[in-house]
Amino acid sequence: MRHLNIDQKRPRIAVFDFTGCEGCQLQLANKEETLGAFLSAIEVVNFREASSAAGDDYEVALIDGAISRPDEIPRIEAIRRQAKLLVAMGSCACFGGVHKLKNACDLDEANREVYGDCPKETIPTMAIGDVVPVDLRILGCPPTKDEIERVVQHLVWDLPLPSYGYPVCVQCKQRYTVCRFDVGELCLGPITRAGCNAPCPAGGLGCWGCRGPAQIPNYEEFFDLAGQRGFARQEIDERLGFFGGFEEVI
Amino acid sequence: MNATGKKRKKLNLNVDVHHLARVEGHGNIKVRVADGVLAEARWEIVETPRFFEVMLKGKHYATAGILTARICGICSVGHCLASVRATEDAFGIAVPQPAARLRLLAKHGETLQSHVLHLFFLAAPDFLGLPSAIPLVESKPDVFSLAARLKGLGNRICDVVAGRSLHPVSIQVGGMAKLPDKHLLRELKFQLERAIDDLGSTVELLRTFEIPDFQRETEFVSLKAERDYPFIGGRLLSTDGAEAAESDYRAMTNEYVTEDNTSKWCKLSRRSFAVGALARLNNNYHRLHPKARVAAVEFDLTPVCHNPFMNNVAQLVECVHVVHDSIRIIDELLDAPSDGTMAEVKPKAGRGVAAVEVPRGILYHEYEYDDRGRIVRANCIIPTTQNNANIHHDLSALVEQFAVEGMTDQRLELLCSMLVRAYDPCISCSVH
Repeated sequence: MRHLNIDQKRPRIAVFDFTGCEGCQLQLANKEETLGAFLSAIEVVNFREASSAAGDDYEVALIDGAISRPDEIPRIEAIRRQAKLLVAMGSCACFGGVHKLKNACDLDEANREVYGDCPKETIPTMAIGDVVPVDLRILGCPPTKDEIERVVQHLVWDLPLPSYGYPVCVQCKQRYTVCRFDVGELCLGPITRAGCNAPCPAGGLGCWGCRGPAQIPNYEEFFDLAGQRGFARQEIDERLGFFGGFEEVI
Repeated sequence: MNATGKKRKKLNLNVDVHHLARVEGHGNIKVRVADGVLAEARWEIVETPRFFEVMLKGKHYATAGILTARICGICSVGHCLASVRATEDAFGIAVPQPAARLRLLAKHGETLQSHVLHLFFLAAPDFLGLPSAIPLVESKPDVFSLAARLKGLGNRICDVVAGRSLHPVSIQVGGMAKLPDKHLLRELKFQLERAIDDLGSTVELLRTFEIPDFQRETEFVSLKAERDYPFIGGRLLSTDGAEAAESDYRAMTNEYVTEDNTSKWCKLSRRSFAVGALARLNNNYHRLHPKARVAAVEFDLTPVCHNPFMNNVAQLVECVHVVHDSIRIIDELLDAPSDGTMAEVKPKAGRGVAAVEVPRGILYHEYEYDDRGRIVRANCIIPTTQNNANIHHDLSALVEQFAVEGMTDQRLELLCSMLVRAYDPCISCSVH
């Protein structure tokens, strides 16, 4: 494709899935109004969920999911060796995601409970960055297609990457959403990194912190505020632990 | 031919697909025909286990729907709905009428999104001789934009009604956290009316697909229609005559663990059964919207159809149904007074069960709560978990029918892959 008579780069992209719901990959096929242009801007070399063509000459690897079984470790290491740029996409890849909740359980007992006498192989959940170096992170559960597009625009046209230092609260204010604290609910918006455009508070759900901490989160003020509004530390900690992004504070 | 050229060589075929493409999750197909005899035909689930039922233990009721939505990216609305409904059953909550309407509308949005994704992006490339739908952007832009419009409409419904299409936010215990603005509902209705022509074009396209002629007598399980084509709650029914209450779902599933699979398997009257669009249609054909029945007739699809490849067509018929039914629901919502959408929620100890028809078939969630509203025990039975044994047994029958003179490894691999894809398996879901 040519724009302004200039041949543009078409980054050779591969998409790989590990432990997760594969929703991040689904986001790649969403935002249908720009889907054709998005697919024309890249060369999809390997994307098992969408294509039976599978090549190994990719430059960029988008990783969906966390690591929670031994065979996933050599697989991600091999991808790391090939990829010039390895992108962790979504909360599972970035932090381990909800799958880290299982780490609080005795895994042998969990196995017995689910599989009885036929236990299956499993290890404590790790983020991709716990196993191999990660070059870029696209946050969120799910990440927005806008942010994925911005990464592609960065690769194709060298446009700057999106960077949100401020918390979700700012984006709630921008769209005139009523504060969830004001309707008596807990919300992690004051300490969670923005960039999602705050769909949860707008839809009637306080923030669960899927994007992890803002650049300089004011934890002290947040715990004070939540305490004043009557939320117990246990409830706050449960929520901070939900997507695995706030390990620095619990 | 052997060296003398007088004796015909016996047929030998090998199919070994590691991590089948264009399905959600990780599964393998292994087929071996030796000297003209079927030696092996296997469908193996190798997805990483995730232990959601264990993670749910001790969780507060408000967490369950948010957590279980993460079982599956494609049917997160269905999981969230099953989850909140199971909790409401345990607590004895009836959701307000507008909330029930909105939930069904969100369900329809997901059904449209998921079926269109499967038909155009996962299944169609096989019929068009392509590795994926991506080349259609250049080669058949009208087909690509048709798919994008219909899928986008499904997502738009979920965005408006549930706050987000992937991992919904407004579906909560007690009802729906918000009532969408009426102007957004009117805009949706306008788009739904325009989609009717797009569905007509999709029928035309699918009529050009050569659907393999294969039948294996199968038991089909789904919700049973009381009045409308069923999606959320009700009695459970099989084409072999088994029937049960929603709360007796275990009698309809009989889940068991196998050595070779990380997904469990299920059985009922026979050694396997099927769920999904074809099962729903086989059990509830006469409750389909009349326009959807017209679409079914175009493909000679009438109950009970035992060709699993026709699940593709059944999904298209359901797309027609949900688009027309969504227009009806929006009309009702626009006419009704803007009542509250949330019931009061008071946790209590007890057990609750929910059955919801998600795109790939009937989904069950069951929770046992303590008196603080925390989960003591959880069980989720996934559509693909119920389909896995049936896919496995279909494979043997398919290979036995098609492994004849002239068949090649490559063509058999394509046929077997198309069979598995016809079920639209959600493998990571089945290994939750």
